[in-house]
Amino acid sequence: MYDADKIIPGLIVFLIIVLFPYYYTMGRVVPAPKPIKPIKYKKCVEPLSYMRAAHMDILDAWRDEVVRHEKRVYVSSTGKEWDMSLQNECLRCHDNKAKFCDRCHNYLGVKPYCWDCHFEPNKIKELPHKMMTKETM
Amino acid sequence: MGVSRREFLKLAGLTAALGLGTGTAFELLAPGQVEAGEYLRSENALRGKRWAMAFDVKKCLANGEDCRICIDACINEHNIPQYDNPLHEIKWIWKDLYRYAFEDTENPYVSDDYKDKPFILLCNHCDEPPCVRVCPTQATFRRPDGIVMQDMHRCIGCRFCMAACPYGSRNFNWLDPRPHIVHYNPKYPTRRRGVVEKCIFCNERIDLGKKPVCVDACPVGAIIFGDLHDPNSELRQVLRKRFSIRRKLELGTKPSMFYLI
Amino acid sequence: MLEKILQGDRRYWMWVAFLLAVIGVGFACYVYQCFTGLGITGMNRDVSWGLYIAQFTLLVGIAASGLMVVIPKLLHHYKKFIDLVMFGEFMAISAVIMCLLFVIVDVGQPMRLFNMILHPTPHSMLFYDMIVLNGYLLINIIVGYNTMLADWKGVPPPRWIIPVAYLGVPWAVAIHTVTAFLYCGLPGRHLWLSALMAPRFLAGAFCSGPALLLLILFIVERVTGYRPADEDAYQTLAKIILYAAVINMFFTFCEFFTAFYSNIPAEKHGLLYMFFGLEGYHRLVPFMRTSILAGFLGIFILLVPPFRRNRVLLGIACFAIFLWMWLEKGFGLVIGGFVPDPFGKITQYSPTLPECGIAIGIWAIGALILTFLFKMAIYAKRDGQRM
Repeated sequence: MYDADKIIPGLIVFLIIVLFPYYYTMGRVVPAPKPIKPIKYKKCVEPLSYMRAAHMDILDAWRDEVVRHEKRVYVSSTGKEWDMSLQNECLRCHDNKAKFCDRCHNYLGVKPYCWDCHFEPNKIKELPHKMMTKETM
Repeated sequence: MGVSRREFLKLAGLTAALGLGTGTAFELLAPGQVEAGEYLRSENALRGKRWAMAFDVKKCLANGEDCRICIDACINEHNIPQYDNPLHEIKWIWKDLYRYAFEDTENPYVSDDYKDKPFILLCNHCDEPPCVRVCPTQATFRRPDGIVMQDMHRCIGCRFCMAACPYGSRNFNWLDPRPHIVHYNPKYPTRRRGVVEKCIFCNERIDLGKKPVCVDACPVGAIIFGDLHDPNSELRQVLRKRFSIRRKLELGTKPSMFYLI
Repeated sequence: MLEKILQGDRRYWMWVAFLLAVIGVGFACYVYQCFTGLGITGMNRDVSWGLYIAQFTLLVGIAASGLMVVIPKLLHHYKKFIDLVMFGEFMAISAVIMCLLFVIVDVGQPMRLFNMILHPTPHSMLFYDMIVLNGYLLINIIVGYNTMLADWKGVPPPRWIIPVAYLGVPWAVAIHTVTAFLYCGLPGRHLWLSALMAPRFLAGAFCSGPALLLLILFIVERVTGYRPADEDAYQTLAKIILYAAVINMFFTFCEFFTAFYSNIPAEKHGLLYMFFGLEGYHRLVPFMRTSILAGFLGIFILLVPPFRRNRVLLGIACFAIFLWMWLEKGFGLVIGGFVPDPFGKITQYSPTLPECGIAIGIWAIGALILTFLFKMAIYAKRDGQRM
């Protein structure tokens, strides 16, 4: 092999860097995430197993139907009607994002950017506000 | 080992591309399967073929040139940020003087009723909108009922529509809007930096059976909202009775905002 | 061939290090822009396209200009351009990559760019721009790379390249025409609403692109001692630049005539703002007047044969012609189109420091790619096996 004295150390350094996440967390036990379900409501839009796997598919479909096709009502597989809105329907029951949505998302390192625009309706006080001064009033 | 370095690299590259490419392509292009669910319109949704508005300028001015009730209603309904720096401002509905609103008909001898008076301005929801023609992702599109809609989820922020709009109705989020929002409406999202926004004719209200918030908010009923294709609508009746002008008609955009003078 | 990038003398490495430093600064500015938003630039609600798109427009022209070297050689078998073609194509590759980078930094949501492919929109000119720019990049890479390999081995290029090279000829016209169509189909911007936009863009590209190429080749000759073509070829290219420049100046004159003879305010205002100032606003005037003077200077030098044959004066002429287009397309035209705004008001634009940093960083990336490509090309041609 040409340049073996450069390539072999280079490969070793590469492996050290790339395998870092594995050997750094070796032996640590990270418990599975436990999202806290809403207390008052028992049934979600679709059955739990489906929602767990495909809630993003539902949200994508809702998004296109509401914005692009003027639809507002979703009739689920159980026949119940739902208002197609993340902020007004999903968050009506799942009203604490930190205790529900973020639990699994943080565990998996997923950062959905829905929250750049959509917000929790009962957490408005925590959002950045503009202070109106006398001049800008 | 009869494989040359070049052949090895070609083979490795091809394998990597195929492996990454097919997996990615499958994930991205395969349609998401949603369980048997149906999508319906709301029963109360307003149905029309061509929504439009008429502004009774005399009534509006009679209520006071400083009146901004419709503007503030829109701002509060849609979480529109208020910037101190006018270069970054976002305005879906606003006011400007006659000579700016109708700058192509520059007329130093216009009557005192309208000279130096403010006119309400907003997206004209054109019949043949240049912004829709140029959008590369169809993030702005024309609904069958005439509203020129903005899909904030799909917009890539290229601002081609802003260059194309001959009326200056479009805004871009140059910065994060949230620190500039005075009052949040819990029922409507904000936008994020990097997307274009404009008046969307309160589609979220029309689809649920309500009129646009500016129409409802006006205390003197100076904004008349209706279906241009319905000859019996209040809008068509008032257009038959009163003379109306529109902005920049010679450009062929067929705007749907009528100013009754 | 790629290993040639890693072989060079001290001057070469200092140049690469300098470019990498500039790229680093540009990248830092871009990270700042990613976190804060495009509000860190000078763009605003009225002037919604600025330095990035203006430089993109200029660079599409530079990319298309490879045609001025390819057409004589490919279609007319002008043998003296045989070695120039590869350098023209490599400059085109570098220019197209810069174009794509300028679009990426200008867009508000770059992570959504894939939407343009997921939702193809045949009525949008930006959709076609994406297709033709990427296609042109591919054509130039394929033809340039294979020709370079063939030169290195001392064999004629493979025959299947010929149809691809022929495809590149109308494609080069297409990339700049589509870019012009971005502007000249918009009903509200009267400065741009002219049938002459696409011809002006092409004429401007065909004079400024070869001018830049000549300048770079003069520098290459100084630095490496390698001459891709003899003096006759350079003179022919200079004459091509001259014709394109004269036609471009004539087109500019036509625009002025239509605007001012018709006396229509909307037609006049754009040119008035750019060249004379409008209602007291005159930020663009020094740049635009300098650009026209530079254009005339370049044309004058190129017109007079003894001046054209003088290497120093030819270099000055090429620089002047490039400066003319860099100021007019890369600065004035795009920004001037937004003045006055749809309400007749004037909002001026100046790029901010971070914006300039990103733009210069992208130019440095282009220069680095150009350096690498030219290094390989020179090696292939000078040290390759000759038949």
